[in-house]
Amino acid sequence: MKEKINLEDDIKKLQKLVEELGSGKLTLGESLKKYEEGIKLAQSCSGLLNDAQRKVELLMKKDGKYSLEKLEEDAQGKDTD
Amino acid sequence: MPEEKQHIYTVSQITQDIKLILENTFAEVWVEGEISNFKAHPSGHFYFSLKDQNALLAAAMFSRSNKNLKFKLEDGLQVICFGKINVYPPRGQYQLIVERIEPKGIGAQQLAFEQLKNKLLKEGLFDASRKKPLPLFPFRIGVVTSVSGAAIRDILQILKKGAGCVDVLIRSVRVQGESAASEIASAIEDFNEFKAVDLVVICRGGGSSEDLWSFNEERVARAVYNSKIPTISAVGHQINVTLSDMVADVFVETPSAAAKIIVDAKNSLLTELGGYRYELNASIQEKIHELSSNLIALRHMLKSPLDRLLEKQQLLDELSLRLSGNIKYSLEISRQKAFALIERLEALSPLAVLSRGYSVTMLLPQDEVIKDIAGLKPKDFIKTILAKGSFTSVVQEVLTDERKNKP
Repeated sequence: MKEKINLEDDIKKLQKLVEELGSGKLTLGESLKKYEEGIKLAQSCSGLLNDAQRKVELLMKKDGKYSLEKLEEDAQGKDTD
Repeated sequence: MPEEKQHIYTVSQITQDIKLILENTFAEVWVEGEISNFKAHPSGHFYFSLKDQNALLAAAMFSRSNKNLKFKLEDGLQVICFGKINVYPPRGQYQLIVERIEPKGIGAQQLAFEQLKNKLLKEGLFDASRKKPLPLFPFRIGVVTSVSGAAIRDILQILKKGAGCVDVLIRSVRVQGESAASEIASAIEDFNEFKAVDLVVICRGGGSSEDLWSFNEERVARAVYNSKIPTISAVGHQINVTLSDMVADVFVETPSAAAKIIVDAKNSLLTELGGYRYELNASIQEKIHELSSNLIALRHMLKSPLDRLLEKQQLLDELSLRLSGNIKYSLEISRQKAFALIERLEALSPLAVLSRGYSVTMLLPQDEVIKDIAGLKPKDFIKTILAKGSFTSVVQEVLTDERKNKP
């Protein structure tokens, strides 16, 4: 289960950094800081999207309680309804 | 008065005979007509009339017969009924007991679909304003479908290839048959209760419209509508549009298309992120370029002592060059002046006078030119300069002015 991924917030932050850096009003020190922060955010967002470690699970419900069951991907989807 | 021989019926007898005749004659009949005065009794039985231009026939459809009726009976509906005629002795009335009823012209299912669609439309379940936006990117999706169906297989394949970051949670349900609708509706509710997914995909592979019927059921439509989690409905193939499709926030034609929406979202986000990186790089490069230009400008303004020395030296060289030029010029002028003077001097030179026979006499040893006899005494050594050469001599006698003494 992926921990709180807030892509939307991260992208908003990134957009703000791009805008600030693009304004040209920052000192070199501030610019470098924002640049580094921005590149890190862009990389972490891209990293999340490019990740390929997905999980496929079945949501089960018994007596009102939920549980997850790993799905063997090879074992399913052979029917063609 | 009736004649003696004629049989006289009691009301019950004649009613009984009519009942027998009618019920035997019309035990299995098809009747076509328009529904009017429709009433659904709380007991579940339906009472209505069938009519045409000239006649009216009372009809009843008991709950055991109407419970599986897919469409809604309503006044004005043209129907074909199958059933039997029944006589109700207490009221002396006959009516058609309807076993089966079909709408005239279109199929029952189609009619049911249209009826429910109109109802939901009026309630606003299809309103665009009620549709929720999909999340920017669904990292975890819930899928309501049969785990053994083609739909989930297609979705898993496309996501694996195109968006391997998406976790898939499946709530496996029957997608056709009696219990399918309630399973589908419950599964949607379960995902809303369980939370933890960003998007619910309701899907099923293609099939006949009967196969897809469950997705047209009111329960399913309402569960989709009530979902707090955004929904994508992808039921059947292009030609099938179910009520689930119409209520969902996003409707696509096939399960594969639902998966492609997610893959496309991923790709466009990656492109967007690439754009931000490009912009960040461009901005920082511009900043550095701007600063280095400033630096160059400042360096020009801030000269090193050596540079200043060299500059002064250069100035000095230049000045001295100009100076020497000036000096040469002045010298030349002076030389010319000197020559002119010398020429003039030569004109006044005593030597020129000497050459005409005059001489100059000087008293030795001080080489004092003798201009008169005063101070001259005998035995003084004198030097006489002629035009050519000179000689010394001794004064023998000093004479007063001869010119004065001579008359």
